[in-house]
This record gives sequence, C-alpha cells and structure tokens, in this order.
Amino acid sequence: MKSKSTNETIGKTLVYTVLIVFAAIMLIPFIWMITASLKFNKDIFVIPYQWFGYEPQWRNYLDIWTKIPLLTFTKNTVKLTLIVTFFQLLTSSFAAYAFAKLRFRGRDFLFLAYVATIAIPWQSYMVPQFLFMRRLGLADTHLSIIILQAFTAFGVFMMRQFYEGIPDSLCEAARIDGMSEYQIYLSIMLPLSKPALSTLTIFTFVNTWNDFLGPLIYLTSESKKTLQIGLKMFISQYSAEYGLIMAASCISLIPVVIVFLMLQKYFVAGIASSGVKG
Amino acid sequence: MTAATTVKTTSVEEANRRKLKQALVAYSFIAPNFIGFAIFTLGPIILAMIMAFMEWDGSNPWKFVGIQNFVTIFSDDRFLASLKNTVIYSIFTVPLTLMIALGLAILLNQKIKGRNFFRTVTFFPYVASLVAVAAVWNMLFTPAKGGVINQLLLNLFHIPALKWAASPKTVLMTIIMFSIWKNMGYYMVIYLAGLQNINTELYEAAGLDGANVWQKFKYVTVPQLKPTTFFVIIMLTINCFKVYDIVYMLAGGSNGVINKSAIVLVYYIYEEAFRNWNLGIASAGSLVLFAIVLAITIIQFSGEKNYAND
Repeated sequence: MKSKSTNETIGKTLVYTVLIVFAAIMLIPFIWMITASLKFNKDIFVIPYQWFGYEPQWRNYLDIWTKIPLLTFTKNTVKLTLIVTFFQLLTSSFAAYAFAKLRFRGRDFLFLAYVATIAIPWQSYMVPQFLFMRRLGLADTHLSIIILQAFTAFGVFMMRQFYEGIPDSLCEAARIDGMSEYQIYLSIMLPLSKPALSTLTIFTFVNTWNDFLGPLIYLTSESKKTLQIGLKMFISQYSAEYGLIMAASCISLIPVVIVFLMLQKYFVAGIASSGVKG
Repeated sequence: MTAATTVKTTSVEEANRRKLKQALVAYSFIAPNFIGFAIFTLGPIILAMIMAFMEWDGSNPWKFVGIQNFVTIFSDDRFLASLKNTVIYSIFTVPLTLMIALGLAILLNQKIKGRNFFRTVTFFPYVASLVAVAAVWNMLFTPAKGGVINQLLLNLFHIPALKWAASPKTVLMTIIMFSIWKNMGYYMVIYLAGLQNINTELYEAAGLDGANVWQKFKYVTVPQLKPTTFFVIIMLTINCFKVYDIVYMLAGGSNGVINKSAIVLVYYIYEEAFRNWNLGIASAGSLVLFAIVLAITIIQFSGEKNYAND
C-alpha cells in the first residue's frame, strides 16, 4: 500500500517535470521576445541574458509606427481577416447544412469533389490561380486575397461532419412545424454549432492573419501589404534593429492571442465532435 | 378508373415537384460556396495540369511541348536538391512530431493541476505568426558564439558553437527543430480529441485483467487511436511536402533567395513561376508535388481499408 502511493508520487513528479520542461521550451521564445522588445539593441546580446531588472525601453513601441507603415499594414490585415472569416463561416456552414441534412441528386458526388480537393495542396495550383486572377484584373487587390481564402473545402468538410452528429429528428420536427429549411438552418443549426464555428473561426482567423505566401504573391504595392509581409520587409531592411523587430513582432501577435483565448474553451470539444481528426 | 389515374399522376407530379423544390433549396445552400470554389479552385487545378505540358512566359502565346518540362526539371540540380531536401525534412519531421504530440496528449489527458495552462502553452506556437516567431528563433539560434542557444549548449553540455541555419550542414536540422516546435501543438490537440473518444471502460477492463500502464498503452490506447494516427500521419506528411514559409524565414537571405542546401519543392515552384516566369516549368514542378501528395493519400486510404478489415 505504502509503496503504491510512493510510486504514484514519483509518477506525478515525473509527469510534472516533463510538462514543465516542455512548457518552458514552448514559452521561453515568447518571454525572450517580450523582454528583448523592451531593450536597447546593444543590451539584447549581453551575456548572461537579463530576463528582468532592467529599465524597459517603451520607446521601441512608439518608434516602430514611424519606421514602417505599421498602421497601414495592421489595418489591411484586420480588414482582410475579418472579411475572410465572416465569409468562410457563412458559406461553409450554409453549404454544410445541405450536405448533412438535405437529400438531392448529386449530393455524394459533389461532397466527394470537395473532400478530394482538401488533399490537393494550394501550392500546386497557385501559379495558374494567380494568372487567372491577374487576367481578371485582381492582381494587387485585397479582393484577390479574400477570394483566395473564403471558399475552402476544409470549412465545408468540418461543418458537415459536425452537423452529421446533430440528430435528423430535430430537423424533421421543425419541418412538421412548418419551418423552412432556411429557418431551420438559422434558428436551430447555427446556435447548436458553436463549438464547430469557434474551431473554424480560430483556424480561419489564424490562417488569414498569418498567411505569408498568398499576400507575397498577390500584393505588390506597399499601401496594400499585410502585417506579415510588412514585418518581413522590416526585418530585411533593419536587420540589426533587434529591439524594434521584437516590438513589432509582439504587436503582430496580440490579435491572434485574443481570439485564441476567447474561443479556446470550445476548441478541443469542437475538434472532437466535428471529426476533423478523421 | 380515369379518376384514379388522374389522382395517381397528380400525386406523382406532386412528388416530383416537391423533389425538385427540395433540390433547388439544397442547391441554393451550396451555391455561394460552390461557385467560388469551382471558379477559383477547381478551375486552376485543371489549368495546372494543362500548363505542365506547355511552354509559356506569361505574355507570348502558349506552346505545347509534351513532356519536355518534366525532362528539364528532372535534369535540373536545383529541382533534384529541392526534392531531396523536402523528403529528408519530411522523414524527420513526421515521426518526431507525431511521437511528441502523442506523448504530450496522453500526459495532458490525465487529471492534473494546470492542465488547461499546459494545453494552451503547447498550442500557442501554432497560432503565433510565423514571421514573428521565426525572427525570435533567428536571434536565439544565431550562429555567433554569444548566441543564447550556443551559450546554453556550451555551458550545459560543452558543445562548441554551431552555425545553425547559416551552415549547409545544420540548416535542415534547424528547420526541422523549428517546425516541430511550431506545429506540434496542433497535432497534440487532435490526439487529445482522439483520446477523449476512447471508452474509459476499456481501461477499466484492462486494469481488472492486471494490465500495467505500458500494457494499457500498447493494447488499448494505440489500437483505439489508429484512425486518429492515420489522419495525423497524412496531414503531417502533406504539410511537410507543402513546406515553404518556414524555410523562407529561416534560410532565405535578406533577398529571400534560398540556396541548394535548403531549397524545397514549393520554393522551386515559386522561383520558377514568379522570379523566372517559366510557367510551364513551374507547373511541371507543381504536378510532381501533386502526384506525391496524391500517392500519399492513396496509400493512407488503402491502409485505412486494411485496418477496417482487421
């Protein structure tokens, strides 16, 4: 009896040690980022590194706004991310409702076409897609980025898997009550799908906010560029301004952190029930 | 008799009309997504397959060249290097990420204090912007002797300073380490979801049979997680073959050019298309990428079928 509880204590200690080491590996780069963003360039590579107890240089957070058009980049990114996330949620959940709850000819075939394209990497058709958009006069417009991100097969697939788990009898009952399909979608399905919608919001928001290759190819004029492209540009131009680079990096993380922390309680539940795991 | 026929035909007509109406409603649900999807995804996919057999610089007329583009890329050193690097990158990244993600998921599926904190922390690098965290990594893993990581290795293990992304010998290793660190959290969450779907009675039954922790892992957890593992392997492998931005951030010079020691498939496509305007060559490279991913997917599906037949 006694040895069992000792074993348990050892086991618990081991688990916590492993977890704390991992948490440190995951977190230290971020802590380093924050501390470095508040230092003079010359102090950042001082050995040993000073984690605390230095005079914070808040100036870095003011200077970056004048060094690069950070405000323009941020505005562009916020605009694109909000629009893409809105359209993604709307069109995906809308289409998914038909795939999960309605019967019609060609349903299985269409759905298969969707699923098949999930496995085709965007990178393998980005070139003709760009040429096509350029032909339509959409190169170097924000509309091109919105179109690029707003109609993904992944979103439809995810939402459909989630709706499959909602009993059909619920829809049947509503139909008998005389509700139209649009009403059922709006007043029954949407409120029930919060976990799936939250998960899709996190994925879409994060992907659009952090997208690099899309804006790199499409957006050429500086006034249209996004935060990621601007940040990379800044890093290439002022590669020795460590403090400023870190301050700009911290700023670029804030919105994602907020969205993630707001929605994360739904997150594991959303993945588990929507069958993203297959 | 005639009355009965009329009733029958009207009810058939009625049923048909109802079916049609139903179908129209269904199509109206799908249309907004499908139209965008068909024009901007399906169309370009078909176009990519045609362009791989053409010669085109973006302005002059297309010219059909048969398989010439494929002959060209398979005798191009940079393409072969990109293929080799992508494969090496995948071979290391896939199993390492998978093992660490599974291990962490199992630890974080237990009832322990601070579980949510640890979950959030592990997932965080995945949502953080790549440009920002890559900038931190480049500073931590600077090739200079005084770099944070180099100092740490020297003090703890007496390892002399490494050049990390600056040396052809260690650049891929640095990229692999970064990739595992950045993406592990995503797969951890997927495993966590998989673990939560396992019936706890299976563990209780195994416990009654006298199974220890390792035996429970081997005979309950692993087989029960098989579908999840299939999904994780396929997603990981596809994502590895799509790798581009990580390499661009860590190994691209200030002008973004990646040299032969770190070039990857997607960078080759990008370079041929948007720097050299060899659109046919780029499309041929795209088709190779597509073929590899397709092969992986087919292997995955046949594997899953075998599993279902077990």
